[in-house]
Amino acid sequence: MNTVTEAVTESLRRPRWMLREPVVELKGLGLTYDSVPPVPALRDVDLVINRGDFVAVVGPSGSGKSTLLNVLGCLDQQTSGTYLIDGIDVAALSDRERAALRGQRIGFVFQTFHLLSHRSAVDNVMLAEVYLGVSRAGRRERALAALERVGLADRADFLPTRLSGGQRQRVAIARALMGPPSFLLCDEPTGNLDSANTASVLRLFEDLGEDGLTLVVVTHDESVAARAQREVRIVDGRLTETTR
Amino acid sequence: MRRPSIRIRRRPSADRPQAPVSRFSVRDLLVESAAGLLARPARVALTVLGTVVGVAALVATLGLSETAGSQIVGRFDEVSATDVVVTPAARGAGRATTVIPWDAEQRLTRLNGVAAAGTLSDVDVGGALIHSVPVNDPLGQTDVQLPIKAASPGLWRAVRAEVAAGRLPDGGHSRRADRVMVLGPTAAARLGLTRVDQQPGVFVGDRLYLVIGLLQTVDRQPSLLGSAIIPEGTARREFGLVAPAAAQIETVIGAVDAVVAEAPVALNPDSPNLLRVAAPPSPEKLRGKVENDLNALFLLLGAVSLLVGALGIANVTLVSVLERTGEIGLRRALGAGRRHIAGQFLVESTAMGVLGGIIGASLGVLVIVAVAASRTWTPVLDPLVALFAPLVGGLVGLISGTYPALRAASLQPVEALRAGT
Repeated sequence: MNTVTEAVTESLRRPRWMLREPVVELKGLGLTYDSVPPVPALRDVDLVINRGDFVAVVGPSGSGKSTLLNVLGCLDQQTSGTYLIDGIDVAALSDRERAALRGQRIGFVFQTFHLLSHRSAVDNVMLAEVYLGVSRAGRRERALAALERVGLADRADFLPTRLSGGQRQRVAIARALMGPPSFLLCDEPTGNLDSANTASVLRLFEDLGEDGLTLVVVTHDESVAARAQREVRIVDGRLTETTR
Repeated sequence: MRRPSIRIRRRPSADRPQAPVSRFSVRDLLVESAAGLLARPARVALTVLGTVVGVAALVATLGLSETAGSQIVGRFDEVSATDVVVTPAARGAGRATTVIPWDAEQRLTRLNGVAAAGTLSDVDVGGALIHSVPVNDPLGQTDVQLPIKAASPGLWRAVRAEVAAGRLPDGGHSRRADRVMVLGPTAAARLGLTRVDQQPGVFVGDRLYLVIGLLQTVDRQPSLLGSAIIPEGTARREFGLVAPAAAQIETVIGAVDAVVAEAPVALNPDSPNLLRVAAPPSPEKLRGKVENDLNALFLLLGAVSLLVGALGIANVTLVSVLERTGEIGLRRALGAGRRHIAGQFLVESTAMGVLGGIIGASLGVLVIVAVAASRTWTPVLDPLVALFAPLVGGLVGLISGTYPALRAASLQPVEALRAGT
């Protein structure tokens, strides 16, 4: 599976992908860090994620997991290969357009939540629309609806400091749902949570997946990966899909 | 490795613009900046302090120099700029009373540059009360104690007297020592006199005087307004006035210096130094002094405070950028472009500057008013100064926020997200 043609052929061999719209397409993607000596972090990665997929990206630390996450999130750029989001070639975009693409199509969920501590839960969720060019009208209602969806409607006016870790992560997920995005990109979403909170967040992911949301979860936690519909593994910058 | 063909599949969707553009509406920009500032109110207050002091010092300096300047200008209006008063120097009381001669008026009007001159004296009536011709009004107070002054005929012009009714005594009255009197408006009111066409009489002790005129105003020697004034010759004969107590001169504009030099010699050629001349101070001297003392020092102080304020804002904004690295990363992930990040920090620092400018201008105005009140000056401030102060503050904030804002904008989202929590 070293050439693009093979990769495309490989992907086309699977009939269910043909029926479904691809959200993310990586073709022969490689990223080599420009150091001495050059460090290849990703090598020839091919991946197609379709609408409604729940994909877990697993792998040991240092395997290129974070690099793949950064590329998927348009936070870093590949040095070779193609990355399409909804058919849009990310490499062809300017820095500003990539920022806009992030805002419009990717819902980020971080390990450390990244909530603004002095803003209420609903304010934090509303922040997701600030850069989208969406009118302020109805923003609060949409944010409240997103909070409702993650089961935190009654905590809308709480500051993050008054919420548990699991609740904070659910606020962050509600923020990521605003837009709505083409897919949710989650970086170790349960890394800072205890088992009870982890379970609640994972249940939420399953619910969202059943609603047809596309989820990409980068994790080193096998129990998290086990919930996913598809599991891809990165080792030494090479990606392989574990068939289930 | 080049791909032969890449199919770009674009979803035909109305609610998603195909060319991704992020927008940051002005309202959102202001709301986000305000939230950023309000999250740390104490820090903002301390940061703003430098600008407050700077702007306050600048506004106060400009206002105080303007106030002091217009104070001097006020003293140098046309009336006071031509006002010279000669009095005996206060020593050797016995002799001092006789140093101004009776013909002072004639001697002074002969001088170049003297427009009008006259002499004025207080008359000692030995405690005699003054009362108008008695009418049977048991409630009305008729006996009053009024200061009596003696005036030479030329004095009226020298003090620019205006008559409300009747006339002013002339040289004839003085020469004949007629018992006539002019009343200042307050004195007339105390005696209940409003008109002179029925030739009212007033008793000074037991001597009857004819009131021939009522004063309306005088531009100089305001004590005349509350006095009863009789001709100098009358005072000399009736009350034994020894010598004129003061000579009032109105000069031609610009002739003050010459008159000040000549008047004592003209009045008392033997010993002119026995006379004291009161004249307005030279305007150039005073104004220069005010500008030198006040402006340079305080403008420097204001500029230094403003510089310190700018450094404070720059410093705190930079710290804020470092502290909010995670937030910057998050905003970038949410679609903010570099310019949006820079814009928010610029607005925050500018807002701090404007806030400092407004508070500083208010404090500056208060300082001006307080200083003016303590010196019984009229506070004067160009309103533009107060209006421009917030602009100056905003400019300070804008300039000092530039570097931190550029730092914030140049952060890589990946690093920013990793560094911050």
